[in-house]
Amino acid sequence: MRSPTLIYLDYAATTPVDPRVVKTMLPYFTKKFGNTASLHSFGLEAKEAVEKGRKIIADAIKASVKEIYFTSSASESNNLALKGLAWANKDKKHIIISSVEHDCVLTSAAWLEQQGWSLTLLPVDKYGLVDPKEVQKAIRPDTLAVSVMHANNEIGTVNPIGEIGKICRDKGVYFHTDAAQTFGKIPIDVNRLNIDLLTASAHKMCGPKGVAMLYVRSGVRIRPLLHGGGHEGGLRSSTLNVPAIVGFAEGVKICLAEMKKESARLGKLRDKLIKGALTKISDSHLNGHPKKRLPNNANFRFSYIEGEALIMMLDNLGIAASTASACSSPKLQPSHVLLACGLRPQDAHGSLRLSLGRWTTESEIDKVLEVLPAVVEKLRKISPFSSINN
Amino acid sequence: MYSPKTIKYFNSPKNYGKIKNPDGIGKVGNIICGDVMWLYIKIGKDKKKQEVIKDIKYETFGCVAAIATSGQVTELAKGKTIAEALAISKDAIVEELGGLPPIKLHCSVLAVDALAEAIYDYLSKNKRQFRKI
Repeated sequence: MRSPTLIYLDYAATTPVDPRVVKTMLPYFTKKFGNTASLHSFGLEAKEAVEKGRKIIADAIKASVKEIYFTSSASESNNLALKGLAWANKDKKHIIISSVEHDCVLTSAAWLEQQGWSLTLLPVDKYGLVDPKEVQKAIRPDTLAVSVMHANNEIGTVNPIGEIGKICRDKGVYFHTDAAQTFGKIPIDVNRLNIDLLTASAHKMCGPKGVAMLYVRSGVRIRPLLHGGGHEGGLRSSTLNVPAIVGFAEGVKICLAEMKKESARLGKLRDKLIKGALTKISDSHLNGHPKKRLPNNANFRFSYIEGEALIMMLDNLGIAASTASACSSPKLQPSHVLLACGLRPQDAHGSLRLSLGRWTTESEIDKVLEVLPAVVEKLRKISPFSSINN
Repeated sequence: MYSPKTIKYFNSPKNYGKIKNPDGIGKVGNIICGDVMWLYIKIGKDKKKQEVIKDIKYETFGCVAAIATSGQVTELAKGKTIAEALAISKDAIVEELGGLPPIKLHCSVLAVDALAEAIYDYLSKNKRQFRKI
């Protein structure tokens, strides 16, 4: 960690790599650097490490090793899931996704729509939850796949993917879920939840950046995005990123071993943070579901102020957080997630996401609760709206 | 991303707040887009009996750039004659701040517009025409 005075509360964006993970990765840069496709001992050593990692990750979601495909990022996995399914099943031209998916799912689906596929965007309730009945209603005879994220990256709402998976299975429609925010935090059993494809990423769970995976159930018809040497069963050609895969697997091992305890610890800190902020700050609201949410996510909105200004002021005080305000986005548009939850654009501008993780302590939460009310107050003093409303 | 002066004007905002019984108010921006700027002016006379901006304050809902450009435009306009104030350009604000990220340049336009609106408000209250200044 950098300086003990800096407080990192942006674990949903990315996490530091656990030193235990780094330790397992290091030999694979310098000594065990082989290419998994090579026939000599260096290649064999690398291949063994990758296959060992694949087994750990497959076991973590109750899948078999043949169903795990390593990729470079959750974005790539989500692109592969949607486009790969579409290209392999051109007789079915309808895709269903939720309206609060990550941009990489939204834009992949929108791109397929331009290519002639038909797209349905599922609505969500005010907490960002997808109603399984809406999935049922949206499925048509030509529906190829449904993609609904396990938990939302902004507001942390956890969807009932088991119910959605069941509906898809009964209707014979593929079900994909983006589990980038849940893998390693919430138990996942792809069989019990009827998941056909699942995206997960290492850097959201104290593993390295640049590695992720796509689970594809045996028998699912899918085509590759990347063609080449036929790696990963031909679905994803590219030399395997061995150190990263080794680190990913070690990260999963640690998460599984500590999941129960860590979830309970973070859930308690999150609740303290939510309760404290809502009590201490007037005209403050919680975004996302009060109960069905990630143990490490708190997302607020504060009336009369704008999120980017809030983030910068917190950063000056040594607190790293995140917002989905329009001013903070390259597109200058408010968060599609908050708008889908029914918020007006002016309410969506003042959002603040605080996401907790392995090194978050109670004293850090106390510090945030100490400074946050003053920061909000300072910005409200500049804002024309607070004086009207007060 | 932001220049040191922009950060300074954001962290220690200058001239924010209301003016009681202002001579002119300029309200610009759009809450849906995320930037709203209200500018208040008080007009007085200098030694040459010219009308000058004696006091100027702002209230802004917006990002770092919106708050910093609000402060910068008030600093530039304070003490200026009406004609001088109207001549303040968005480029002058950006230059004074030591630059703005390209995606935030619209904030400087907002600041210039707010000042022009406040002056227009003052002139129309006094039955005078904007273009004759």
